Amino acid sequence: MLQFILRRVAYSIVTLFILSATIFLIVRLTGDPVALMAEASARPEDLERIRHQWGLDRSWPVQYVTFMQNAFKGELGKSFNYRLPVSELYFQRLPNSLTLGFAATLISVLIGVPAGIISAVKVNSAWDNVAKGVALLGLSIPGFWLGLVLILVFSVWLRWLPTSGSGDWRHVVMPALALGWYFAASMLRLTRSSMLEVLGSEYIKLARLKGLPDVVVIAMHAFKNALIPVFTLAGVNLVVMVNAAVIIEVIFAWPGIGRLLYEGIFQRDFPLVQGVVIMAGFMIVAINLVVDVLYAVIDPRIRLTR
Amino acid sequence: MATIATDRTLPRRRAAGRTRAVLEALREAPLAAVIILGALVLVAILADVIAPHDPTVPVKGANVFDPPFWMEGGSVTTPLGTDFQGRDILSRLIHGARVSLIVGLMGTLVAGSIGTAMGIVAGYVGGWADQIIMRVTDAWLALPAIVFAIFLAAMIGPSMWNIVVILGAVYWTRYARVIRGEVLTLREREFVKLAEIAGASKLRVIRRHILPNVMNTATVLASLTVGVVIIAEASLSFLGVGVPPPQPAWGLMLSEARPTLMAGQWWLTVFPGFCILLIVLATQLFGDWLRVKLDPQLRNL
Repeated sequence: MLQFILRRVAYSIVTLFILSATIFLIVRLTGDPVALMAEASARPEDLERIRHQWGLDRSWPVQYVTFMQNAFKGELGKSFNYRLPVSELYFQRLPNSLTLGFAATLISVLIGVPAGIISAVKVNSAWDNVAKGVALLGLSIPGFWLGLVLILVFSVWLRWLPTSGSGDWRHVVMPALALGWYFAASMLRLTRSSMLEVLGSEYIKLARLKGLPDVVVIAMHAFKNALIPVFTLAGVNLVVMVNAAVIIEVIFAWPGIGRLLYEGIFQRDFPLVQGVVIMAGFMIVAINLVVDVLYAVIDPRIRLTR
Repeated sequence: MATIATDRTLPRRRAAGRTRAVLEALREAPLAAVIILGALVLVAILADVIAPHDPTVPVKGANVFDPPFWMEGGSVTTPLGTDFQGRDILSRLIHGARVSLIVGLMGTLVAGSIGTAMGIVAGYVGGWADQIIMRVTDAWLALPAIVFAIFLAAMIGPSMWNIVVILGAVYWTRYARVIRGEVLTLREREFVKLAEIAGASKLRVIRRHILPNVMNTATVLASLTVGVVIIAEASLSFLGVGVPPPQPAWGLMLSEARPTLMAGQWWLTVFPGFCILLIVLATQLFGDWLRVKLDPQLRNL
């Protein structure tokens, strides 16, 4: 078990190393940040001074090593635009992204899990077809367009909800729905196939043979095992949603890390962009590691086969 | 999950027979998907002929923000209304189909080619090549696709062909991982072993024995990626790092419509989004059907 964990951790570190090196290189290969940062009329010696000030006159390997050393200390560099440490900006915004991510996860679970269970229990019924239709629409409707349509309906026409910003729960409803919609469809699909698999297994057949009522079989026996992969996906989705909500946050002016990235891109604030992107990779590598290890704890076959 | 043995060792049909087989198979495809996709492809190809106006120039005599023809103040010369510059929405939607289809298909082609090639090399050559390719795949998959795409687009700069390359660079990893898995099992099959013993070079084994056998999987993945790539392009264009104005991309039209949403000028937002929905829905239906048709093992993917 320990060996398994150590190997997974080593893989994760290699993954993070490649990821950070890729991002670091792309940022530096695609243009001179100082030229973009300074005014067009700046003199060459001024550019040189700025470069020295930000440490950009050193060779790339040196810059990379410094960057990684700082990253280990929790420092992601200093934002060009805000003149503040990137980590400070990041952690200011992170709680908002977490709020939105939790709300969206809640919505995706509340829609996806019951619909998936009904559709698996009543397989090939009208309910099942409705659920399949919802799943298909979930994958086909672009989340950001759904967001715009929600604004149109609930803010402009009905005037029930505020269009943007943050504050109380009414600000969260629409962005969470627009963000969670796509993930609700994936939850529905997984719940359905997972339930179908469990319902076809021997122990469920036995439970039915014993004469247990359907409700007990589904609620007590099937449900429990079928939902392990479903809630794993919900956890992974939460982390993805916290990091990938860029467009939704832009549309609803939600002050999360997605909008921080967006602002960084338009202000050509490359330490900020680099930091936010690397943090996204870090969080996802971390959750994947946690899931892998937890699964190995639950199921010994996993740690033996690899 | 049912595993139905697919007979992969059939002798390869000749090209003509293959085309006929494809046409035969298409007849069973979901009708709605084929009609929508066929119509969109036609519209995209014939955009210059059927679009009533130039999509990048204001229509003479029309105002800005004209509503669709059935509403008060609308006119039949601009049937779906005009945008903030007085350009014809319908013409922009028609030309936008071209942008979406080109980016969707070419982006998928780039991603699929890189991914399939990498997957085959990793799976068949193995060793260090495998380690390097799979670790890069892991690292690239760790970033949410849309964040990675926004990042690359912001760094490289906006243009339609840049977006094709960027989306190819973002989405190839999905193929690499699945194809590698397939190749790992194919490598142990008798026909591959026999070819190796008969002295076939690695390149020949890959071309004659490995590649034809992973094409089904690659095709299914591709059919399911097109929609994802189209939404990604629309998202990038919406954020202003995709197809640059004045080109008529649907995502860009949505972005230009944003300031008018508050004024209730819904047609500027509803029509382009509905087009995206339609095209993605059709590719999804088609992809689902193709998945069941070509590779029963992927049914639960």
